[in-house]
Amino acid sequence: MSTPPLSSLNPQLSTGSVPFPFAAALPGPSVRAVHDQFHGDLLEVSMGPQHPSTHGVFRMVATLDGEQIVKLKPVFGYLHRNHEKIAENTTYLGSMPYTDRLDYLCSMSTNWAYALTVEKLAGITVPDRAQYLRIIMAELTRLVNHACLVGFLFNDLGTSFTPLLYAFREREKIIDLFEALSGSRMMCNYQRFGGCRVDPTPEWLETARVLVENFPRFLDEYERMLTGNEIMLARTQGIGRVTPAQAVNAGLTGPVLRACGVDYDLRKVDGYGYYPRFEFRVPLGDHGDTYDRYMMRILEMRESVKILTQAFRDLPAGPIMDPKAKLRGFRPKAGEAYGRLEGPKGELGFFLISDGSPNPYRYRVRPPSLINLTLLEDMCLGHTIADSVVILGSIDIVLGEVDR
Amino acid sequence: METVEQLRDRLLARFPAAKIELVTNPSAAAEHSLLIDAAHGRDIALFLRDDPTLRLDYCSNVTGIDWPDKEITDITKTTVADPAGASGATKVVEQKTTRIQPGYLEAVYHLYSMALKHGPVILRLRTANRSDAVTLPSFTPVWRSCDFQEREIYDLYGIIFECHPDLRRLLMWYEFKDHPMRKDYVEPDDYEWEPTAHGAILEKAKANRLTSAPIAGDAATPGPGSAPPATKSSNTEAKP
Repeated sequence: MSTPPLSSLNPQLSTGSVPFPFAAALPGPSVRAVHDQFHGDLLEVSMGPQHPSTHGVFRMVATLDGEQIVKLKPVFGYLHRNHEKIAENTTYLGSMPYTDRLDYLCSMSTNWAYALTVEKLAGITVPDRAQYLRIIMAELTRLVNHACLVGFLFNDLGTSFTPLLYAFREREKIIDLFEALSGSRMMCNYQRFGGCRVDPTPEWLETARVLVENFPRFLDEYERMLTGNEIMLARTQGIGRVTPAQAVNAGLTGPVLRACGVDYDLRKVDGYGYYPRFEFRVPLGDHGDTYDRYMMRILEMRESVKILTQAFRDLPAGPIMDPKAKLRGFRPKAGEAYGRLEGPKGELGFFLISDGSPNPYRYRVRPPSLINLTLLEDMCLGHTIADSVVILGSIDIVLGEVDR
Repeated sequence: METVEQLRDRLLARFPAAKIELVTNPSAAAEHSLLIDAAHGRDIALFLRDDPTLRLDYCSNVTGIDWPDKEITDITKTTVADPAGASGATKVVEQKTTRIQPGYLEAVYHLYSMALKHGPVILRLRTANRSDAVTLPSFTPVWRSCDFQEREIYDLYGIIFECHPDLRRLLMWYEFKDHPMRKDYVEPDDYEWEPTAHGAILEKAKANRLTSAPIAGDAATPGPGSAPPATKSSNTEAKP
């Protein structure tokens, strides 16, 4: 007559009645029936933490009415190692290599954000050549990140790896450049307070210049194959919409914010580094849906190519470190500073409080990936699980930064 | 944009009952902040967001800070008549007194305006102490970007944000007891230890061994007293 309760099929699925002493410590049932007074009988599905489409150890608990999501709660902390506490127990320079592990796809920009904040705290100046090198590295990182993102997005749409490998082919070339320069493919540890660590050779610069020159060809090829694709349009247009007011209030930053049409790019607003010397435009979306978020990445890559071409043209000769900057025994004066820059994922900020000792008293990372997830539930409501995977992919998170 | 001093004066004119102090920042960044009291926190936040000349519509960063109790030594110098010297000679006596300056937890908000593209305005709120009065007003109803960040501060520092819609731990697991970012947090000896099912089964097996009838090989020996001689004799038999 009636279906047996789920718990009778699998005793571990029930948390209440089975006298298992540590049931509360279990990760919880992956699927269970729940009752809601408005919707009636619903199904709660726990996706993750080990799920290929969650881009790492991320869990979302989605409540479904039929196929539609009526509630979605993200669960964090599976990659938490208390980065901030570790950084408070080491010297300022000591946490520079550790910032690589925050957003492990974009270590160059994360390094720069940290160096920028320490320079603001201690009043260190940076020589011209280092400023240009920083912009070159940051924009190459943006190419790496956005190429990865558009590749993974098609993977989330179910295209089974081919577009991802096209994107990874380009990413690999840039990562080889990083390895030649810094010694590591992804954990570059390249920036220092008051400059950069290594000066690239003329051969390196020439290779990079040729790579950047050829990059638009990859973009054209990629777009010709995929941007107008019918399935792609059907699956992304009008999916996961956000209004500009919602986005600003929820603190979304980066391409996700600009896809809603809010003109806020820190390269223009703050004008940090030497960005005011460069000519580039800030692409803006209109609908705030998944398709616009995808297009933002493509258009930003084209603008990055423009910035890189100008940087290779104008790169001055000279020192790459401020001669007055101290690496050993570095103790900034007591005080605090909040530094931020436009990372590939959004506003990446560091907040440092110094008490005059060699270690920061307080070290805080403002993670764009975490705060961009604030609206994940609002974006997913009314859509299916399959769409929620694509929406999550279009937000672009890295769990090393979300959980810290 | 107006300076922090001008902003403080304007806020004091608008909220005469509020306590607003300027906290100076001596570092090279020189971004000063406003310390506001918790009772007027929400009103001030709403004012800052909606005021047409400020329009701070974007709360970028929320930071928790722990300031533990601090022991401060005061040295007071008093001049007394020198008993050994001639009349009129004086001696300076130093008197040291130590007092405990009570600690507090602090939340720092970095506000910017996306509409007018200026900022930052930095707000600070402090709790009364670090143990039982750790409540601050939540700014999540004003800026939704505070949602996860305030949850994180609740998790790692233990500040309770009043009127937060969903104040749960964000990074640590729900059964975790302490607040690990506090300065006096003591790490456990063994992070890996947890009450696993494996451990529970071992415990259960131990309990059975004590209470139930002797098992397996013990069945051959009738009592505990006779067991040692039996093994002894078997040993002696095996020797030659």
